[in-house]
Amino acid sequence: MTATIEVRNLQTHFFTRAGVVKAVDDVSFSVNRGEVLGLVGESGSGKSVTGFSIIGLVDPPGRIAGGSILYQGKDLATLPEREMRSLRGNRIAMIFQDPMMTLNPVLRIDTQMIETVLAHDKVSRDEARRRSRDALGMVGIPSPDERLMAYPHQFSGGMRQRVAIAIALLHNPDLLIADEPTTALDVTIQAQILAKVQELAAEHGTALIWITHDLSVIAGLADRIAVMYAGRVVESGTAAEILDTPRHPYTHGLIGSVPSRNKRGEKLRQIPGMTPSLLSLPAGCAFRMRCAHATAACETEPENTGEGTRFLRCFHPMEQAA
Amino acid sequence: MITWILRRLFQSTFVVLAMTVIVFVGVHVIGNPVDILISPEADQAERARIIANMGLDQPLWKQYAYFLGGALKGDLGRSFVFNEPALKLIAQRMPATLELAVTAVLFSMTFGVPLGLYAGLKPDGFLGRTIMAGSILGFSLPSFWVGLMLIMVFAVELGVLPSTGRGTTETLFGVPWSFLTWDGLRHMFMPALNLSLFNISLVLRLTRAGVRETLPMDFVKFARAKGLSPARVIFVHVLKNIMIPVVTVLGLELGSTIAFAVVTESVFAWPGMGKLIIDSINVLDRPVIVAYLMMIVMLFITINLVVDILYMILDPRVRLGGKS
Repeated sequence: MTATIEVRNLQTHFFTRAGVVKAVDDVSFSVNRGEVLGLVGESGSGKSVTGFSIIGLVDPPGRIAGGSILYQGKDLATLPEREMRSLRGNRIAMIFQDPMMTLNPVLRIDTQMIETVLAHDKVSRDEARRRSRDALGMVGIPSPDERLMAYPHQFSGGMRQRVAIAIALLHNPDLLIADEPTTALDVTIQAQILAKVQELAAEHGTALIWITHDLSVIAGLADRIAVMYAGRVVESGTAAEILDTPRHPYTHGLIGSVPSRNKRGEKLRQIPGMTPSLLSLPAGCAFRMRCAHATAACETEPENTGEGTRFLRCFHPMEQAA
Repeated sequence: MITWILRRLFQSTFVVLAMTVIVFVGVHVIGNPVDILISPEADQAERARIIANMGLDQPLWKQYAYFLGGALKGDLGRSFVFNEPALKLIAQRMPATLELAVTAVLFSMTFGVPLGLYAGLKPDGFLGRTIMAGSILGFSLPSFWVGLMLIMVFAVELGVLPSTGRGTTETLFGVPWSFLTWDGLRHMFMPALNLSLFNISLVLRLTRAGVRETLPMDFVKFARAKGLSPARVIFVHVLKNIMIPVVTVLGLELGSTIAFAVVTESVFAWPGMGKLIIDSINVLDRPVIVAYLMMIVMLFITINLVVDILYMILDPRVRLGGKS
């Protein structure tokens, strides 16, 4: 099976006045048709920027400084803006974190949906409206005909995220990038949205990149997981591998931080310190200052030390027992 | 919606009433028109007759009651000087001011919004910076000086535009208008530009600030992620959000533009209301001053109402609030 999208050694840098911020530095992964990749990391680990790089929406001063993003034999990293635009929202779609902010507050839902249809397909307005209505129905919005005429503020947060999903799926994209789409929602709504996206993606064979900082969200959803830290993938593998036998100390720490994994009455485990500033990353493993296992060896950048499909960047992998 | 408008109108009556008191009392504490209007040669009997004729022998509250009674019937008093109804005098001059002010506001839109949009999209470019620097001049240069400079350059040096008067007018609905003839438009260009300079700068800065604020919003990024053309993103998604503050400010500025066209009208000898009020203040022609101020009050109230209604059309969130 060929990959829907293959990211190779992607580097996205921000050229600020204070210096070059390497938000994404040498990230590689691929996602197959119908597969779900969980991209996990703390804030500032470069997971969102990776998503924006794929869809070509990195704003200056940032730009893709190296590597390639292969989609159907084309390299999206160097694709002209015009061609990129015809893919965006069509073959590659994205949904965002805050449903309160993703829909334009002064435009009706029908305007925002129909323009998306018309941006890529030469169809009549009536046909576009019909498709929009069907898409709303598909994501589980009751009486879609009426709701098309409503404004975003007349929807709840969960409903708005459904509208955003409906818009993203209007053209049955090959790849959907979901940038923490459930973070701002209630837990019950979260579960509904998760199930809906999973169902729709499976139905159309859409590859899914699910960006999150919450391992518990991704646990039941992802086929494979890539863990990012300070702009790099530090560990990746199948969901079961990562969750059951994390090898990188950072992944280990992340899993240990999930409250349900801790024993009741015990102090919650946490990773000491915080993500380093990307402006002044020291040479070597970026995690070594927070790592209990760090040695002098960690002052050089570790290359892939994993075996087989398992990718790992660590000189001191954890033992199998998590 | 209807109840909302009725409520607003009801509130407005109180504002108007309060303004009549303020204006009436205010005008009557400054100067005595008797000293200016009656020739020093007039004898005592004639003096008394004229004072009684103007109603100035009555106590202030009686004068006010008389004025209010007349106002309710649409009569704001007779000019001491012209011996004509004050309202008629103002009405004669109003079209000139109105077309000047409306053109000025149109200018602020047509120049301000595109310039602001450009400056907002390219804040670090040379042109963007130049526009912003220029807008500071628009704010700070005194209007009479700019008017004189315009005349110097376009009328005196280049000789391409006329500097005084309304030019040829064309009658529509029984009122002479300048904007209906080419000559009239040529006459109107400079005063309107002069009058709009401040507003152009204001709209420009508002638009730029709006663009800067709206561009990083998620919904703009989402619109781009949908694969829309940059033109659609900017002119539909961004601009519609920005138009709300711009329309509010422009609406309110229309009122002040009409009310304070005085300077421009004086510089370009534009026969509008501003010229009339200056002349009336000089001779303490109280009824005209009062009538003019009342007109302006009504104007501001009407404009505010219209702006609020426009607001509802532009911003659906306000619309919902109005209904509930």
